[in-house]
Amino acid sequence: MNPENFLILAAILFSIGSVGVLTRRNALIAFMCVELMLNSANLAFAAFAQMHGNLDGQVAAFFVMVVAAAEVVVGLAIIVMVYKTRRTTSVDDANLLKL
Amino acid sequence: MTMMLPLEITAPTIEFRQLAPILILFGAACAGVLVDALMLGRSRRWRGEVQIGLVVGGVLAALAYTVANLRLGPVGAVAMGSIMLDGPTAVMWVLLLVFGLLAVMVFKEERLAGVPVFASSAATVPGSREEAEADRFRLEQTEVFPLALFSLTGMLVFVSANDLLTLFVGLEVFSLPLYLMCGMARKRRLLSQEAALKYFLLGAFSSGFFLFGIAMLYGFSGSFDLGTIAAAVTAPAYGRGLLYAGLALVAVGLLFKIGIVPFANWIPDVYMGAPTPLTGFMAICTKMAAVGATLRVFYVALGAERWTWQPVFAVLAIITMIAGTVAALTQRDVKRLLAYSSIAHAGFIFTAVTGASQDVGAGQPTSVSAILFYLAAYGFATVGAFAIVTLVRNPASEENDLDGWAGLAAKRPWVAGLMSLFLLSFAGIPPTAGLMGKWAVFAAAWRGGYWWLVVIAVLTSLVAAYIYLKVIVIMFARPPAPNTYVGEASLWTWIPIVVGAVATLVLGIAPDLLLGPASLLGTFLR
Repeated sequence: MNPENFLILAAILFSIGSVGVLTRRNALIAFMCVELMLNSANLAFAAFAQMHGNLDGQVAAFFVMVVAAAEVVVGLAIIVMVYKTRRTTSVDDANLLKL
Repeated sequence: MTMMLPLEITAPTIEFRQLAPILILFGAACAGVLVDALMLGRSRRWRGEVQIGLVVGGVLAALAYTVANLRLGPVGAVAMGSIMLDGPTAVMWVLLLVFGLLAVMVFKEERLAGVPVFASSAATVPGSREEAEADRFRLEQTEVFPLALFSLTGMLVFVSANDLLTLFVGLEVFSLPLYLMCGMARKRRLLSQEAALKYFLLGAFSSGFFLFGIAMLYGFSGSFDLGTIAAAVTAPAYGRGLLYAGLALVAVGLLFKIGIVPFANWIPDVYMGAPTPLTGFMAICTKMAAVGATLRVFYVALGAERWTWQPVFAVLAIITMIAGTVAALTQRDVKRLLAYSSIAHAGFIFTAVTGASQDVGAGQPTSVSAILFYLAAYGFATVGAFAIVTLVRNPASEENDLDGWAGLAAKRPWVAGLMSLFLLSFAGIPPTAGLMGKWAVFAAAWRGGYWWLVVIAVLTSLVAAYIYLKVIVIMFARPPAPNTYVGEASLWTWIPIVVGAVATLVLGIAPDLLLGPASLLGTFLR
């Protein structure tokens, strides 16, 4: 199968993710969209590794998964903390710092 | 049964001695994590002392190894080509370790308010019974010190990474602890948590762009290695579309961390909401790490493509300088003012990044060495200035409102005088290091052919001087504000202030002390 198709899919997923971060109000959903962006990069890594015939891209995908897991740990901690304090995770309500 | 094919696995070579600074910091951070788990009961009250001991010991040992390795000369790529130890790496490691140590010292300050700056237990809900209990019985957790050390470890990796994957891992290792530490202020936890949420979401968003950019560059060149990418740029196997896409996306991720304007929205809110000692740490160490990595990626891997990115960077530098300066003019809050001023400084640094002057004339600093000097000058003033911000207090907490700073000189002339010294260095007024730093970066930009950029930068820095002079006038000429006082701090706050002040003066009078080594060590290896 033509690896270019995977690249197109990766680009579509990346766009969905980045538009999602910009438009969704819920911090959790915005964070899930970030994860979608990271996974679209993983797909691109794997597709490019296939095209170049080397393993670097596939190894990179594993590194990214580990980093993404670490990011989830930190991100959920922060979002849950904010939710416990304010009873909301809407990013629009986080506006105390505006001057 | 089929015969298993003998699988060749070559063990990777790790140059432990050359990588010792990273490993020592990482080890100290891991030991710091154990402190909270193991020191229970009566030994609990010594947690803070053990933690700061680990920080000071770890950073000094890492510093000693960096300097000792430097005497052996630049060694090139180590750890299977993923870390590059060259001149800029050595200088940046030394500066990062020095500023990291000075900034983390302020974390330990307990005398000012009677309690640490960071929350006793960051996991408790603000205003809850659990929080009150943790405060009353001094059930303090000290995870902020290992987090800072992990962050510093990531920064060392980030500035020395020789392939894009290591760069990404370094970026996340230094960013993730920062997100957490932002939300750990004892006072004003709501603001602090909000800063953490904003910083985290935007930071994760930008690292998504960064990672996709890395994927594009990998697709373009077939490798993560910066040298291989540089070779592919000069002789591309495919079209340049992937290169330009990757270049732009990687730039978004890096410029976000530096705080270049279209991507700097987070800086004022995060600097203001984060606990002040942490703001000092972020203001210098994050900026230095991000600038260092940007220089390496754009000079080493994408240097042959510089006609493409230089004009864009020039425009961004102008927007950043002007936006940072104009926004700082109207601020009423000291931390917010320093935040916008740090954006303006990022713009000044970016003039030299844009210039990309690499030819070493007689005694002329290259872009890299000029930027290293500028970061050092800015760093000493930043460390000192944020430490002083923690000193100025009202009965409730820190006084960050500029009105509260009125007449500070009448109460404590020395504190006001030292703050003025740091502000003069920000403004670039002799005899401070800031002036020499500005001269160095503007000279580098000029020799890179961007004279018009230098003209704009000089005009902007004249306007920017007004911001700092305004604060000095408030401190010296206004009648004293009634509710503000200067707290009695311990040595943990005073050491960074004094070191910052002495270094600011010394580097202003004798800049060759640092500019000389930085010029010698200002060349990237590839």
